[in-house]
Amino acid sequence: MPNAAPTLRLEGVAKSFGPVAALRSGTLVVRAGSIHALVGENGAGKSTLVKIVGGVHRRDAGIVELDGEPVDFAGPAEAKAAGVAVIHQEPASFPDLTVTENIFLGREPLGRFRRIDRRAMREGARDLFRELGVDLDPDRPAEGLSIADQQIVEIAKAISLDARLLVMDEPTAALSAVEVRRLFAVARGLRDAGRAVVFISHRLDEVADLCDTVTVMRDGEHVSTDTVTDVTPDELVRRMVGRDVAELYPKMPSTPGEVALRVEGLESTGTFHDVSFEVRAGEIVGLAGLVGAGRSEIARAVFGIDRYDAGRVAVGGRTLRPGDPAAAIAAGLALVPEDRRLQGLVTESSVARNVSAVARKRLARLGILLPDVEARLARDWSGRLAVKAGALDALATTMSGGNQQKVVLAKWLATGPKVLMVDEPTRGIDVGTKAEVHRLLSTLAAEGLAVLMISSELPEVLGMADRVLVVREGRIVSELSRAEATPEAVMRAATPGAARSDTATEGAA
Amino acid sequence: MRTHARPWWQRALLTREMLTILILVVAWIVASAVVQGFDGPLTITYLVLDVAPVLLIALPMTLIIATGEIDLSVASVVGLSSVTFGLLYQAGLGLWAALLVSVLLGAVCGAVNGALVAYAGLPSLAVTIGSLALYRGLAVGLLGTTAVTGFPGSWTDGATENLGESPYPVITLGLLALIAVFAVLLHATPFGRNVLDIGRSSEAARFSGVDVKRTLLILFVLSGAVSALAGVYYTLRYGSARGDNATGMELQVVAAVLLGGVSIFGGRGAIHGVVAGVLLIGVLGSALRLEGVTVNVINIVIGTALVVSVVAPRIAGGLRVRRRSAVGQRT
Repeated sequence: MPNAAPTLRLEGVAKSFGPVAALRSGTLVVRAGSIHALVGENGAGKSTLVKIVGGVHRRDAGIVELDGEPVDFAGPAEAKAAGVAVIHQEPASFPDLTVTENIFLGREPLGRFRRIDRRAMREGARDLFRELGVDLDPDRPAEGLSIADQQIVEIAKAISLDARLLVMDEPTAALSAVEVRRLFAVARGLRDAGRAVVFISHRLDEVADLCDTVTVMRDGEHVSTDTVTDVTPDELVRRMVGRDVAELYPKMPSTPGEVALRVEGLESTGTFHDVSFEVRAGEIVGLAGLVGAGRSEIARAVFGIDRYDAGRVAVGGRTLRPGDPAAAIAAGLALVPEDRRLQGLVTESSVARNVSAVARKRLARLGILLPDVEARLARDWSGRLAVKAGALDALATTMSGGNQQKVVLAKWLATGPKVLMVDEPTRGIDVGTKAEVHRLLSTLAAEGLAVLMISSELPEVLGMADRVLVVREGRIVSELSRAEATPEAVMRAATPGAARSDTATEGAA
Repeated sequence: MRTHARPWWQRALLTREMLTILILVVAWIVASAVVQGFDGPLTITYLVLDVAPVLLIALPMTLIIATGEIDLSVASVVGLSSVTFGLLYQAGLGLWAALLVSVLLGAVCGAVNGALVAYAGLPSLAVTIGSLALYRGLAVGLLGTTAVTGFPGSWTDGATENLGESPYPVITLGLLALIAVFAVLLHATPFGRNVLDIGRSSEAARFSGVDVKRTLLILFVLSGAVSALAGVYYTLRYGSARGDNATGMELQVVAAVLLGGVSIFGGRGAIHGVVAGVLLIGVLGSALRLEGVTVNVINIVIGTALVVSVVAPRIAGGLRVRRRSAVGQRT
């Protein structure tokens, strides 16, 4: 029915917050039975657009139509009632209620005497999961559900509300490859059932894999809409950043020097086993593997955040005391952790305080820390890394993800480390900053820093690493040189029970 | 990049601490104008003598609350230290030795709290409510309902006499010195930075190599030792060592700290604000007492001030967040 009105049509939608125009001209047409990708850098206006569609914000100007009918939602409840469901990256559920109760919350089917009909409810949930083709126990409490499962619960809820439009806001950012595959199967099912799906993602390989149409946004405006097969990922990136990406992975050649980090027989019962590797000065070593394979846990143990049961970690030949991050730092180890907002930064502190968070011990004279010494260090390092902030006393929480990550990097580089471990260094940051981070890592390695890079983005690992170690179920199962490290080879090594080769490129490493 | 987004005078004046200082000044002026006898020189003398224990204990309490924890056992440590000091004196120990042992005992009391909070991972609210009862019970148990008196005049006078002809007691010097020590500790050392970082995000602090557990232990030990010192002072000030000395003082301490702008959720606070908070409570107390208001009413006033000081920033913060999210929502 090509003539029927599209499920969602936005044209020239604008929204400003005070003097800041978050969305200048949002245009998006999504048809029933289609999975429509919405891509753009952070700050491009995607989330604002989603919030207008979901009834969180009210637009200042422009047209929003559902099935040809103009709508103007006063709140999320109205949007929900009109058949719009937004699935968030990390959905909020009630942990003490069961999965079923979460789905039917507030509209439980009633039996005689207005008692809640639990059987009908459970059957309903079971039917929904069957429809989605997923295996989830309707009676288990929501507490402890993985993010992937919570998303499924949200989707089930949306379907039970008969949503005609589902908007998924970066749903895959925290999922493992297996979970991504399941989510994609669910999304395809929704599409085939005639619903419209909007899929927001930073990962262009996912867009190519799942979506049929792609809309690019930049600086709050619509840039282009194409059939996915008509446009290459490089072209999409170019449109997103509005300029040619010189080179996303500017790896410089370097000659490995002395062993800077040596890990021998590291063992943590139930998490990782017999992990041994070394990283030499000037070398970037990639730690690849599926999410949950134990990569971050290894890094945490090496750094001393977590304890380990056996094994030895040495930096520059000095054996580190287990479970003592301060000792690790003193020996020249640095860890840019996985979760920037929770672990990497004190988000309620200023840029200056964050940059000097580790180095300040060294900056103090006779135990006294002078504010201008702290400010000088912060200015120096945020200048070197081109951190964009209004002032050094701006709170980290007000900054974009890319700038926050630069602050974390600045904090660690200010300690003058010998070994830098980075865990998901570019997760959730825009393409432009990504390239900056890669250039920085490459330069640092060329200057003699030993870098251990954990990343779920396979192109990043392959683009940056001199060597790739593949972790599977807590063990290092394979070591590949830069030449040997193809996507297929890494995925084959990373996937449990997979000697087959074809499951490879889907999702991430 | 600019160091500060706002000019220095705005950063100095538009702070939560300045608000407390302003209220203190207004309260002082109003009390001087309205309350008979408030503007006499004796008021200052008694104000300093009265607030001294609260002020002392509020200093380490500021750091503890800044980490997001709390120590409610402080007034019981005052009682226990008072009893210990009295009994040791009675047993013939020198006063300096008795002082030292009492303060060490206070440090041990703090260490017990700190170990349970930091290393056993128990909530400080629960731990210190428990030790509030425990230490008070020990104090009363050791001395019953009797009191030790008869401390040498040179010591009791030292606790109350004035500096020459001025209205300020000698102990003012000691108080100023301790205020300076704690202000430097919180605002100009890596340790103080760590304390605030722990209050804002202990997870992030841990990932920056901060030994969160040890920091908390140190703070509770400090709190215990300073409370014990306050206990010795309290004993000498009133010339009487009793198990029920300073009962309920933790309320005043916590109220003063929160009135002084320290966030009960941790992560922010400043010593000058807390000093103003202590003085504000002192001024309210002495003005109301001079007016013949009963202790119960004074407690109502302090309690109300405490609740307001916790609720007001919550409301202001809520408004600020809303404004910020209205400006900053762009992804």
